[in-house]
Amino acid sequence: MRIDYDTKIIEMKNITKKFGDFVANDNIDLTVHKGEIHALLGENGAGKTTLMNILYGLYEPTFGEIYLNGKKTNITNPSVAIRNGIGMVHQHFMLVETFTVVENIILGMETTQRMGVLDINRATKEVEELSKKYGLHVDPNAKIHDITVGMQQRVEILKALYRGADILILDEPTAVLTPQEIDELMEIMRSLASQGKTIIIITHKLKEIKQVADYCTVIRRGKKVDTVKVADVTEEDLASMMVGRQVSFKVDKKEANVGDVVLKVDNLVVKDNRKLNAVKGLSLELHRGEILGIAGVDGNGQSEFIEGITGLRPIESGRVILNGKDITNLSPKEIIENGMNTIPEDRQKRGLILDFTVAENMILENYHKEPFSTKGRLNHKAISDFSKELIEKFDIRPRDHMHIAGELSGGNQQKVILAREISNDPDVLIAAQPTRGLDVGAIEYVHKYLVEQRDHGKAVLLISFELDEIMNVSDRIAVIFNGKIVDVMDAKEADERTLGYLMAGGGTIDEAK
Amino acid sequence: MKALNDLGIIIGISLMYAAPLMYTALGGVISENAGVVNIGLEGMMTIGAFTGATVAYFTGNPWLGFLTAGLAGGALAILHAIACVTFTADHVVSGIAMNFIGPGLALYLCKIFFDGAAMTLPLDLDHKIPRPLNGLFPTDSFLNSIFNQYATVYIAFLLVILVWFMLYKTKLGLRLRSVGEHPRAADTLGVNVYKIKYFAVILSGIFAGLGGAALSIAVVSNYRVSLISGQGFIALAAMIFGNWKPHGAMWGCLLFGVAQGLVVYLGGTSLKVSSQLLAMIPYIITIIVLMVFVGEATGPAANGIPYEKDRD
Amino acid sequence: MKQNRFIMIVISILFGLITGAIVLLVAGFNPLEAYGVMVKGVFGSPKYISWTIIRSTPLILTGISVAFAFRTGLFNIGAEGQFIIGSLVATLVGYFVKLPPIIHPIVALLAGALAGALWAGFAGLLKSKFGINEVITTIMLNWIALYFSNFMVFTKAFKRPNKDASHRILESASINVLGKWKTSEAGKVFLAEHKFWKEFLNPPVNYGFIIAILAAILIWYILKHTTLGYQLRAVGFNKDAAEYGGIDVKKNIVVSMMIAGALSGLAGATQVLGVSKETAILAIMEGYGFDGIAVSLIAGNNPLGCIPAALLFGGLKYGGSKLQPTIGAPFEVINIIIGIIIFFIAMPKLVEIITSYKGKKEGGKVESTK
Repeated sequence: MRIDYDTKIIEMKNITKKFGDFVANDNIDLTVHKGEIHALLGENGAGKTTLMNILYGLYEPTFGEIYLNGKKTNITNPSVAIRNGIGMVHQHFMLVETFTVVENIILGMETTQRMGVLDINRATKEVEELSKKYGLHVDPNAKIHDITVGMQQRVEILKALYRGADILILDEPTAVLTPQEIDELMEIMRSLASQGKTIIIITHKLKEIKQVADYCTVIRRGKKVDTVKVADVTEEDLASMMVGRQVSFKVDKKEANVGDVVLKVDNLVVKDNRKLNAVKGLSLELHRGEILGIAGVDGNGQSEFIEGITGLRPIESGRVILNGKDITNLSPKEIIENGMNTIPEDRQKRGLILDFTVAENMILENYHKEPFSTKGRLNHKAISDFSKELIEKFDIRPRDHMHIAGELSGGNQQKVILAREISNDPDVLIAAQPTRGLDVGAIEYVHKYLVEQRDHGKAVLLISFELDEIMNVSDRIAVIFNGKIVDVMDAKEADERTLGYLMAGGGTIDEAK
Repeated sequence: MKALNDLGIIIGISLMYAAPLMYTALGGVISENAGVVNIGLEGMMTIGAFTGATVAYFTGNPWLGFLTAGLAGGALAILHAIACVTFTADHVVSGIAMNFIGPGLALYLCKIFFDGAAMTLPLDLDHKIPRPLNGLFPTDSFLNSIFNQYATVYIAFLLVILVWFMLYKTKLGLRLRSVGEHPRAADTLGVNVYKIKYFAVILSGIFAGLGGAALSIAVVSNYRVSLISGQGFIALAAMIFGNWKPHGAMWGCLLFGVAQGLVVYLGGTSLKVSSQLLAMIPYIITIIVLMVFVGEATGPAANGIPYEKDRD
Repeated sequence: MKQNRFIMIVISILFGLITGAIVLLVAGFNPLEAYGVMVKGVFGSPKYISWTIIRSTPLILTGISVAFAFRTGLFNIGAEGQFIIGSLVATLVGYFVKLPPIIHPIVALLAGALAGALWAGFAGLLKSKFGINEVITTIMLNWIALYFSNFMVFTKAFKRPNKDASHRILESASINVLGKWKTSEAGKVFLAEHKFWKEFLNPPVNYGFIIAILAAILIWYILKHTTLGYQLRAVGFNKDAAEYGGIDVKKNIVVSMMIAGALSGLAGATQVLGVSKETAILAIMEGYGFDGIAVSLIAGNNPLGCIPAALLFGGLKYGGSKLQPTIGAPFEVINIIIGIIIFFIAMPKLVEIITSYKGKKEGGKVESTK
């Protein structure tokens, strides 16, 4: 038997964590046995990561106690956690980009000669041995910014194992992986568990839990709902525990009424920040009345593609035609005025000016126009009337147009952006990662509005790393790999295996079949 | 022969003027590799220049002056570290405060110790930092012009090597750089981010203090109000020019040293160039150098961003 | 939030004064006596009050120069150099150009402002074109401005013989209040009878103060009520989002620097036309620009706040100048006080902790985040 039910390797009791007035964890209990793969399920912001950050010593709990192997332990900082055999792989990798794989792995536990001088050769050997033992292939001397995301994740796991971790915490480990890479990771987890490691996986993906976990603890709004044996429940059970109500995964939509081509991208080439081609001859066509989803793994040129067609990044070659007009390399302002608006992928970086009020954010693209300003003078009355109307219509909370945007919840921030972009009534709406980090309610809301745009005869270009989202919302699906669209298919005919194969660079659809 | 000797003189002056910048630029390299921007180097240099000159004057021991100058710079840097590391201050604003406090304190103490005078009393020649190779070469020879330098010049080059070794070959250096690149990653591995940042900022202050003294008790022989006039900032520019690396910063400082060397040399010739125009050269070169090089330069990823542990 | 900021600033000033007292005490001076001298030095006579106002005037302008840049996301450490260039050009126009009164000072003021704008605009251009941080370039430009100004003053046509300064500006360019009247018969008779006014008008009282207040109101209005202000603030807070919203970030950086530079240049011009009447050869920076940074920080980067902040500063500086002659304490204690004030303003978190501790003691419910 893999799981040793006699050893409670982790017991967290009555854990409460407050950030100011906000209660992130409210009296949570968690018990994990040795050798178990335990899933922590909850929506974004439910408090899963906070709980694990407490276990790893990054936060100190406001109240509550932690027992490791039955012994009460005060985990005041990560060093204590590491000493007690706990390792954590964070959702956003904690890797120093400019360092090599070995340097990242040994940081904080360096192999040295006399006087604190590093012994990189010996460290490299140790890392190679470890990587062989657990079947985690890495290139020890490569710099982090030169290796794939999958390998970066293996580096993170090796980092924990190098420190002798018996307990591995994986925070949303599959978010950035292709379906095939996810399968590999599941295999790695099973193999580690069979070698006696205990694994906690934080996730909001039900399929993965069913695939790999033994037990699952569900957290909702900072409170523990229950711990269940995964074999005894269905995905639907888990979903309603997570959200607190019945949820349907299918997006309600009628048949698409597809019109003419409204946006045509022809052989587009765009460079990334390192001056290398990131978009390498990308072509696609978008029609009125449809949602075209672009599926792909992060880092295949999606960001550069969006920035290129929206005027934020110079286009090296190729053309973008909007409504029959060439908009290649026009300024963002001109492109907006030609009828294309964007929900940017990073709402805090691009989408909002967090220090501005909601009202000031609402006019970001139109501040220079009547009625918001006349001859260079702002018309505060018109601005607040307009904002109040949108706040009402899009149900933004709090109902206060003078509220500072940075103090809104993620969902409400996204609603502000959605309201602003849709109120422009664009012919083409680009939605880049429009639901990242939102809870289920807000996700449903965003999807509803995207479909509504489509039903009004507008075109929507949806770019997302979440395959489920792409498959549920889109009418057609294009797969991007290495800066190109490798194939386009009808959403009804798409299945996860095929898409995964294409996203991983497996060639065209015919080859996939 | 004359041309060769003149070249020697220019090189010699360049090295002499580059040395104080090198100390300070190395300070910048250390601090910014740990993620703390230190535009207060100017103020730390000033307090060092004053302390060095004063201690050397009263004790007659230039080395004691040199060391206490480092301590004085380090002491001021503690304030900068408290603000930037513990209280997540804006690094530039805190640096501005340092540039008020350092020179203010230096001149305040100067007036108290030296009877209201705005400069310290000059050191005798034999109470200045010694020149270890003095007399080894014939006077006025090419080699003498280059190598008959104050000990502080040699120490500066030695420190470039030491700092390079520390940053790239030791455990401490790896941790220091990781803190400047990705403090949270370092934190999750049990590296004490705050401790390392304190260490780096204080060390940068010590270096800047030494740089100030390398001016006041070697290049010249006293501290006065106009002695430190932008060198701290030029050192920062040299550091950017050198892409935040110790050896790179050294080349940056040498470049500014040469500019200064030319200014001094041309000022001494019969060439009719306004000394005011000559004095602008180092600053103009700084801007040109930044125009050419800064496009490529990117410092440590987390440079200048206050690190807060308990942030969701 | 605004109230917290105000409390924070008051606490920082308090810390500055306490530190100053300690520094004085350690050196053997009686701090109470010293501060007494300073207070008397500012309020002791109508003459002192007008001197304080005169000293504060350039600081209001350099203060709003820095504050404006701050609000638009730029750090204008170059106010000093822009001030120098503004004074130089105002002196040149005031001496070489012959124009009737009223028009002459207006032209000279505008020329000074324009010169400052171009000087700062260059730093803005370097930032938008080459991505060079304006902190370093403006500092370099400060020194270039200083040597350039010295170079110009040394030219034959401009230098006053046997003086380390330029020729004095023509009387027609002066912006002094009642300058001619003061020396006229009627004026002399009036002033002889009214002692307060005689004292008050004794220093070179000038229209600079009014110009500075108008400038502060104008800048406040631009930031708050115009599309220009909207886009500049948008760029200042988040240039990525501003760019995404269709705002030309690069252009706005240059515009912002130019406006900031114009204000500092104007500061230099008012100083020349109202007080110094000449450009002197400078061995070191006079510090109007650096003090402007302090003024802006104390004012919480609010243009209107710069008026009281500059008066506080002008008071500290002018009152502080009485220390050395009376009790022999070095004037530099003022710089230490200013430095400490900025030091604490840099650490809102510390002051937050102090005030929340007080809140707790008073039965408040403030919970520290740490």
